[in-house]
This record gives sequence, C-alpha cells and structure tokens, in this order.
Amino acid sequence: MRPHRNHRAYWAFLGHRLSGLALAVFLPFHFLALGLAVEAAALDAFLVWTDLGVVKLAEWGLVVLLAVHMFFGLRLLVLELRPWPAGDARLGWILPGLAASLVVGGVFLIGAF
Amino acid sequence: MTDSAAGAEQLTVRVWRGAEEGSFATYHVPARANQTVLDVVTEIQRHQAPDLAYRFACRVGVCGSCAMTVNGVPRWTCRTHVSRVATGGALTVEPLRNLPRIRDLACDMAPFFDKWKAAGGRFEGGATRADLPAKVNPASAKRRAADAGIECINCGVCYAACDVVAWDAEYLGPAALLRAWTLVNDERHEGRRATLDKAMGRGGCGSCHTLGSCMSHCPVGLSPTEGIAGLKRMSLAAMFLGGSG
Amino acid sequence: MERRLFGLQRLTAMVLAPLVLVHLGLVLVAIRGGLTAGEILARTQGSVGWALFYGLFVVAVAIHAPIGIRNVLREWTGLASRAVDCLALGFGGLLLVVGLRAVWAVVG
Repeated sequence: MRPHRNHRAYWAFLGHRLSGLALAVFLPFHFLALGLAVEAAALDAFLVWTDLGVVKLAEWGLVVLLAVHMFFGLRLLVLELRPWPAGDARLGWILPGLAASLVVGGVFLIGAF
Repeated sequence: MTDSAAGAEQLTVRVWRGAEEGSFATYHVPARANQTVLDVVTEIQRHQAPDLAYRFACRVGVCGSCAMTVNGVPRWTCRTHVSRVATGGALTVEPLRNLPRIRDLACDMAPFFDKWKAAGGRFEGGATRADLPAKVNPASAKRRAADAGIECINCGVCYAACDVVAWDAEYLGPAALLRAWTLVNDERHEGRRATLDKAMGRGGCGSCHTLGSCMSHCPVGLSPTEGIAGLKRMSLAAMFLGGSG
Repeated sequence: MERRLFGLQRLTAMVLAPLVLVHLGLVLVAIRGGLTAGEILARTQGSVGWALFYGLFVVAVAIHAPIGIRNVLREWTGLASRAVDCLALGFGGLLLVVGLRAVWAVVG
C-alpha cells in the first residue's frame, strides 16, 4: 500500500468499493440461480451444491462482503447527511463496522455448519 | 564513534531530475541533528547540483511553497524533520503528484488554481466603501463552517494526496471545493448560488469518494472532506427537498 | 447529470440499507439446517409482502450498482466515457430483468 494511502479512511473506501465490485459481479448469478425457482425440483438440484464446504465458505465471504458494504455505506450516509461534531470523517465507525460484519459472518458460520 | 554534528553518518537522497521524462539522481548528504528535508535539498543545490530547481519561501512552515513528495507522502519539506521520515538514512524527494512537472522538484501550480476558479472560488462582494462592514455573527453555524476552511493557503498538498484527482481529470479537487464551501457559507458573497452550482456540478463534490487523504495530509489540519460533505448535503437537499441551499 | 446520478446513488442507498438488514437477517435464519427449495418457496410463494420487498430491492439495486460500477470504470479503467455509460446502463438493465424474473420465480 502506497504510503499516502495507508490510513483508516482510505482502507474504508477500498473496502466499500471492492466489496461493491464483488457483489456486483455476484448478483447476476444470484438472480439467475433464484430464477430456477420456477420449478422447485430445478432449484433443489442447484441447492444441493450449497452443502459443499467450499460453497459455504464462499457464501460466508458474500455475507461478510454485503455486511461490510452496508456498514461502510451507512458511515458515508451519516457523514454526508449529518453535520460533524468533531470534524473527523466518522473514523470511529470504521473498525466497529468491520467488527459487526465479522460478527454477522460468525453467526452465518454457526448456522451453516 | 563521534556523535558530533559532522559525524560519519550520511543520508542517501534520491532526487527527481528532469520533468515528465527524467530519472532519479542520488546524492549523499551528511546527517545532522535537527535537519529538515528542505535543509537537505538546499544543501544538495548549493554544494552538489547547482542546477537543481526547487521552491521555497518562508522556510518556517507558514507559506506552503516548499511542498514536495517525500518518501511517497506529500508534505511541507521545511516542516519535515529528516529523522522522522528517513528510514535507514534514505530519502526520496519528488515534485508534488497530480501536477505537471516544470523541472526537477518544481511543479506547475496553474491547473490547481484553474480548478480553484472553476469551483466558483472568486469572491464577489456587493458592498461599497460607503457601506458599513457587514455584521456577521461569528458564532453562527454558517460562519463557523466557513471559518473551518479559511486557513487554507493553497499549498497543494491535499491535491497531491487525493487519488480521485489522479484518477479523474475533471475532479476539481479538495482545496477548490473547500474554498467553494467557505464562500457558500459567507453571507457577504453575492455569488453563493453560482458557486454552489459549480461545486455541485461536473467534477464537483459528487466525485469525492471520501478517501480522506486530503484531511489526513493537510499541514494546517483542515478537513476538505468535511467541507465537501457539507456541499453534498446541500446538493441532496436541493435535489430532494427543493431547497435553495 | 452527475448531480442526478449522485443523488440517485444516495437515495437508493438509503432505501437499500434497511432492505439489506432484513435480507441478511433472513439469510442467517434460512441457512440453518441447509437450504432447500421447499423451505424458501414456502416462505415466499404467493406472498405479496415478499414480492414487494424483493421487487423494491431489485429496482433499487439495479440503479445503485450500475452508478457505482460507472464510477469504478471511469476512474480505474481507460475506457472512453461513452463506453462506460453504455456498460453501466447495460448492467443495470441486466440486473433489472434477471432480478425481477427471480422475484417472479420465487413468488409466483
């Protein structure tokens, strides 16, 4: 990481942008898979894959990415819509947002395995 | 091992020579106590490379002229102690990023000021010398918002630190938009609407992605991120609530 | 135009935040005991509520994601402005069509 980028707000920007990119790539496939639901048997044949450990890991990744995108996005909405108390870019929201995302991911793992 | 000021330790200093095309030249400068990067560049120019081009003026941290990229970070060289940044006695000094290079360490600030104007930064007063000075309440929210940005001396460090400036040629940049924010909050400025329109338009506040590099690098401790967020707020209010901003 | 896109991006973000929260909660509940078509469809089939929920979700995402993608393409690739706009618009159309089809599939 180039030195001028190595600070918290930049990491938050990167996390928000990269998670958004990953989710954008994933979404069409997600919609296509759900489209199989026209026939329950077709959807079930697809859902069998979700029993695989590696698929569950991928699902965990997606859940964490969605949570990260949402929490970092909430930070942006708040800092853009609410005037600042102390003039910092709501930096205090970054690590808690990341932690909350990992908690969500943890709950997912517990349920998935 | 002597610890005198003229000790055996040397700094290895890579300095950009040339313009857009060029290369780094390496110089060796004695390491001294209480040495700033500007001291080092000056020593190189005086004793080793008389044709080295660089800028400075006050050399005491109030004018912002000596801003350069030191070990990858844009900063005021007169306020950068070598001991704080030289890892292993090595320094790399380049001109500010995101601006055309004139020669060696001097960059062309014209695009920076062009964008400052394009963001509506020019003050337009409506009073004449016959009028009394405007009575502005210093504690009002608008005045405090403006005051938070008026200390900017246009040194260009935030502009150099901002990656959106590097990625998007149209982006007006943090300093220009912070200036616009101070004017939009200045009740004496007749062109508040025009300034706001320019700051909200193409290349304006909507292009800021809150990277926060401007805020973290500003030598005066200003936060263009905050001012730009204020502009965004006005932009959203105008769009969805029909307010005049 | 830039101002409008910026505003739409923020507006859809505000719409999406609570929808994503609910969706995440649902995912965490649904994943327990494995995923089956029966379980999913029992919840969504014939439900006007879920139809509206996910219909709104798809429309909001079909606006929000392409605006973000447009920024990324403009800043991180060397593609021409027109090409970027076309790609983003096309992506939005794709999401809308495939997304609404998916909503119809799970609700109908």
